[in-house]
Amino acid sequence: MNLLGIEHLERSEIEALLERSKYFQPLEGQSFQRHDTLRGQMVVNLFFEASTRTRTSFEIAAKRLGADALSITASGSSVSKGESLVDTLNTLGAMRPQAIVMRHAASGAPHFLARHLPIPIINAGDGTHEHPTQALLDARTILDRRPTLEGLRVAIIGDIAHSRVARSNVHLLSKFGAHTVLCGPASLLPRELAQLATGVTLTNNIREAIQDADVIMMLRVQLERQHEVPMSAGEYFQFFGLRLEHLALAKPHAIVMHPGPINRGRELSSEVADSQRSVILNQVENGIAVRMAVLERLLA
Amino acid sequence: MTSLIIRNGRVIDPATGFDGIRDLYVVNGVFADSVPEHTPQFDAKGMIVAPGFIDMHVHLREPGMEHAETIESGARAAAAGGFTTICCMPNTSPVNDSATVTSYIVSRAKQNAIVNVLPIGAITKGSAGEELAAIGSMKKAGIVAISDDGRPVMNSRVMRRAMEFARSLDLPVIDHCEDLNLSAGGDMHEGVMSTRLGLRGIPSSSEDVMVARDIILAEATGARYHVAHISTRQAVAMVAFAKTRGLRVTAETTPHHFVLHDEELHDYDSNYKMKPPLRCAADVEAVIEGVVSGAIDVIATDHAPHAGNDKMQEFERCPFGITGLETAIGLTLKTMVHSGKISLARMIELFTTGPANVLGLAAGTLSIGAPGDITVFDPGRLWTYDVNLSQSKSRNSPFHKMRFTGGPVATIVSGRIVWSA
Repeated sequence: MNLLGIEHLERSEIEALLERSKYFQPLEGQSFQRHDTLRGQMVVNLFFEASTRTRTSFEIAAKRLGADALSITASGSSVSKGESLVDTLNTLGAMRPQAIVMRHAASGAPHFLARHLPIPIINAGDGTHEHPTQALLDARTILDRRPTLEGLRVAIIGDIAHSRVARSNVHLLSKFGAHTVLCGPASLLPRELAQLATGVTLTNNIREAIQDADVIMMLRVQLERQHEVPMSAGEYFQFFGLRLEHLALAKPHAIVMHPGPINRGRELSSEVADSQRSVILNQVENGIAVRMAVLERLLA
Repeated sequence: MTSLIIRNGRVIDPATGFDGIRDLYVVNGVFADSVPEHTPQFDAKGMIVAPGFIDMHVHLREPGMEHAETIESGARAAAAGGFTTICCMPNTSPVNDSATVTSYIVSRAKQNAIVNVLPIGAITKGSAGEELAAIGSMKKAGIVAISDDGRPVMNSRVMRRAMEFARSLDLPVIDHCEDLNLSAGGDMHEGVMSTRLGLRGIPSSSEDVMVARDIILAEATGARYHVAHISTRQAVAMVAFAKTRGLRVTAETTPHHFVLHDEELHDYDSNYKMKPPLRCAADVEAVIEGVVSGAIDVIATDHAPHAGNDKMQEFERCPFGITGLETAIGLTLKTMVHSGKISLARMIELFTTGPANVLGLAAGTLSIGAPGDITVFDPGRLWTYDVNLSQSKSRNSPFHKMRFTGGPVATIVSGRIVWSA
């Protein structure tokens, strides 16, 4: 069993993971509890792309469940010596880990891995395709504040074209009957996105996107994936940056989310990032709880 | 003196319009009206006997990439697919941009190939798109067309000069139509599926704008212009329009472009990655209509072998292209003929007189005196394609384990049976 994406996951499966992750959430002011559910198991975090929060989060999750967690980053491995993915995988496979958590710049790389190795593969972000545990932790974070996802209006704003976070969230929210408004400059918002799932609409106008929103998710502009000269930072912030004044358009208790890392003054103003509405740090915390639930589900 | 009789087959020769049961005679490599006594016989009862099929678009990888294919192995794959003549694209290493490389290919083919191999020369030196290749010398050495397949000429002035020169030499110009700026970084057709999979898109417009440019230049220069592997609705419409205006514009498509569409790319299987990419259902529909209406003149395979380790990579890193020689007849029968879209005679035309006319070849007909090349196939034969038994050195086909009704039975080149099922 793998976790490659949200798109092909059953709603009941998602519900079970979200419910279980609640159990792993720490109490106010305390650390995550230690369990020994996965004692003696080895989880390899294979990161072909730079990542601090996701890698650390998976590492903590595995260790809190009693597993041995080992992180390999591409720059520190034989990948930089020209080893092909298939050889790296065969080598790792021979070391007999119980699961591999993989992040890769190429969409579909974990699917490739899953075809070649008989152990559970967890996608920790593949190119511009999916980032399933991010969508799960986002859902957990929303559900900590709202009774249900059904009927919620969620605005996702920014570089949608290159966002695996957006894709995973769209699939998840759609399965639970939420309405998603995707917003960004035309070049980063391909029209085909409207057909990604049900309940998705598109707009190039940030005010329209935020109007009556329950949740505002801001995304980073992924310059490293654009391969062409981007819109200037000033122009971008003027039309697609989230500022305090925008929040008045949203529902009274609307929350602001961001998968991180945030760029203050680029996609959201510093005031918004630090405002009471921001739940960005709760997302980080929930990341660990959700990943514990995922590892437990796939390995225990 | 060598001779052969092909008996009892249903002979279909689009060049003459003949369709009926009769015997065919080949003497000394050409069709004849009688044979000496005791001539060996091939019984083709219940089978279709057609002029030798021509695949005007293959990659043989020799010289330079012999680990993926050689002229010898590619020719064997061609024979196993029912082709008696193949035209090899110039993107070898070195590029076929001089008489030296052309002569090398011609001599290697003479020594090692069991089918006829006709080289296509590069348009520009190194296919770099800047300076015209030695087109005249290459023609003397044996090329039948020019193309910078895979590395299209982006500079319109260079393309104009190439067309002017090609016209004076009476060579067709074949273009792989792709605006490299529009397609940059793309891995599959740009559409709902690429958005879903998070893969960068190659828009239909990248093909359309180049077809439009080329047709305009072909009209201005009077060149014979041929669109390689056409794959979009707009491009088919433009070629059809050019034809109504009497321009010397032709087009080919490949079996995979009328059999598969982008929604069938699943699980990031690199055997579904090629250029042009598998398009959306509406484009596929238009390509099929083009084959039916005659806007498209030729079926060619774009046989593009790649070694296993090159294709065993992340989708966005692996090279473009799939093999195609051995599955072309089966796929065309399945999608075009058995479904009632075209007749057997039309199918044979697309593989014989179609390419022969584009390239100005004497082949593609059963007329007395023409080269004794024959493709025998059985439209009802049940068989399953096993890529591991392929004659090609490469295994990159999305059609592994596909079951076919109808396929090649024997391939005869200059009166010699070079392959039989």
